Amino acid sequence: MQQLIQGNEACALGAVAAGCSFFAGYPITPSSEIMEWMSRLLPPRGGVFIQMEDELSSMGAVIGASWTGAKAMTATSGPGFTLMQEHIGYAAMTETPCVIVDGQRVGPSTGMPTSPAQGDVMQARWGSHGDRAAIALTASSVLDTYTMTIEAFNMSERYRLPVVLLLDATLAHMRENVILPDIPIVNRSRPGSIDDFAPFGSPEFLPLGAGARFTVSGLSHDEAGHQRAAKSDAGERLTRRAIERVAADAERITLTRQEALDDAELVLVAYGITARAARAAVHQLRAEGIPAGLLELQTLWPFPAELVGSVARNARAVVVAELNLGQVVTLVSAVAGTTPVHHLGRMDGALLEPDAIAAAGRTALHDAVQEVGAAR
Amino acid sequence: MRHGEHLRAYLREEAMPNVWCPGCGHGNVMGALTRTFDRMQLDLDATVVIGGIGCASRMPFFLNTNAMHTTHGRALTFATGVKLARPELTVLAVMGDGDALAIGGNHLIHACRRNIDVTALVLNNGIYGMTGGQLAPSTPQSFRSTTSALGSIESPFDTVELALAAGATYVARATTFDFDEMPQMIEAAIRHPGFALVEILSQCPTYFGRLNKLGDGRALLDYERDHTAPLEGITREELAGQLPIGVFREEIRPEYTRQYAALCDRARRAGNG
Repeated sequence: MQQLIQGNEACALGAVAAGCSFFAGYPITPSSEIMEWMSRLLPPRGGVFIQMEDELSSMGAVIGASWTGAKAMTATSGPGFTLMQEHIGYAAMTETPCVIVDGQRVGPSTGMPTSPAQGDVMQARWGSHGDRAAIALTASSVLDTYTMTIEAFNMSERYRLPVVLLLDATLAHMRENVILPDIPIVNRSRPGSIDDFAPFGSPEFLPLGAGARFTVSGLSHDEAGHQRAAKSDAGERLTRRAIERVAADAERITLTRQEALDDAELVLVAYGITARAARAAVHQLRAEGIPAGLLELQTLWPFPAELVGSVARNARAVVVAELNLGQVVTLVSAVAGTTPVHHLGRMDGALLEPDAIAAAGRTALHDAVQEVGAAR
Repeated sequence: MRHGEHLRAYLREEAMPNVWCPGCGHGNVMGALTRTFDRMQLDLDATVVIGGIGCASRMPFFLNTNAMHTTHGRALTFATGVKLARPELTVLAVMGDGDALAIGGNHLIHACRRNIDVTALVLNNGIYGMTGGQLAPSTPQSFRSTTSALGSIESPFDTVELALAAGATYVARATTFDFDEMPQMIEAAIRHPGFALVEILSQCPTYFGRLNKLGDGRALLDYERDHTAPLEGITREELAGQLPIGVFREEIRPEYTRQYAALCDRARRAGNG
């Protein structure tokens, strides 16, 4: 069935399709419609919706619910995402599956509440203190918002992690015609027996109230949940295990869309709403006879360094287009070898349009060719 | 068998020793909880005790229930999630005064307002213990702490008045001196179908007692006795600076998770969504 729906609505529909049965949130532009939709979708399905007193409590309730076995989520935007960092860290520390949707808007602070940005990339990885395993996904269309919401749930359940889905103000409020596909759902795996089951450090999850009584704590702890807050390597051991769990499955987690990269001398790297414009820019450039290609990063964390590196090193020039003053470009530059990497960014609330990206691409390739010519 | 030996079943002995100083009142409260659990024959598998951060909030580690030790001030937010997702569980939140009244004040008033069936125990020792004796929103005026060496100039919160104003449906105050009354209030709070708050005045000899020259744990118990009076049959004037002890409110109002279940039924019948 074809339907015309909004990005935020697609997110809510994706969450329900993924089996989400608990939503806690606090109103914030441009994500509020997600909670509005969840408030209508969950009650008839027996799921729980609650509007909390702030974003801190929203994440607290989400984690509490997840520990009863529920698939749980919240949705917010920059300022709320910042407030949630304390509990995103707690979720990572306690290996709690949950999904956090961040509809990005211009920051810092209140910034431009109704205007799109992509400035929360690093916050999604490093916003909480300390080291941890992290997964952050993006979406570049309304349909994509639906499927990536389901992916976010699937990954959070499979790896026992808080998974962040980065949207933006434009995608959140944009409407597109979609046919929602059937997507396989991952459910949390439970241990076969609770006898001697260690609740932490295992991909299997035992909820509270299932007969094995243990403590869930944000203090460094061991596999059994005993606090090991001093003179112990238990916290590091469990954190490393969580990071390795993600790294071992990186190929499955790091989703990309690659277009016309085989013979590309100019590579555009983009994600989210900007990837749409970059795709149009590739078509423009190709029509002019310029061999351009697009690498759309659907997964930002873990960052697909190997793939980006090999694509970048095979090109003569790379342009990273993003709605910030330079975040993913730092990651691309680190792996691009001698290939020049240019950044095209803005944070004035406007989108990067295909013409601007194409122009930046033309210049980047031209400069690279000139430089090689000059060196000869 | 030694007297009280059977209560060990309610403690998680492998998590001992606990973190509390000699003379601390929090152990009195944990002892009262074990006796209460025993008297109620509470199903420990279906009980979740949730703490925030601080001395009092460490209690979940030492009780043989399902337990969460969460973040500073936010125990009630986790408790709300657990209770809403599985209303059949018995959920307790154990917090300190800094935890519940300062950093967690917003969560406290909203949990009261929602009347969700969670039992909140606020162990009030008038000071921050775990971080080294700093001023709390419950520190009495002119009292000393490590951040109010010349005496506090701040007005303390009255936990009971706050909970009453915010809409909690069971509100009581006890002290660790009230060996018998305190567990009775805790039991009534657990049985109460709605948000129940028991403030328990507890003693911190290490900081509150030492910095204010009030003596050791035992002296502080005497201090609790001398500075409190039973609520019944006493006027505000007669209290003369003493804190009233007792049950301030016990009333039945629609409980949140039951209202939510009814809302789901209505939504299903209406064919919404």
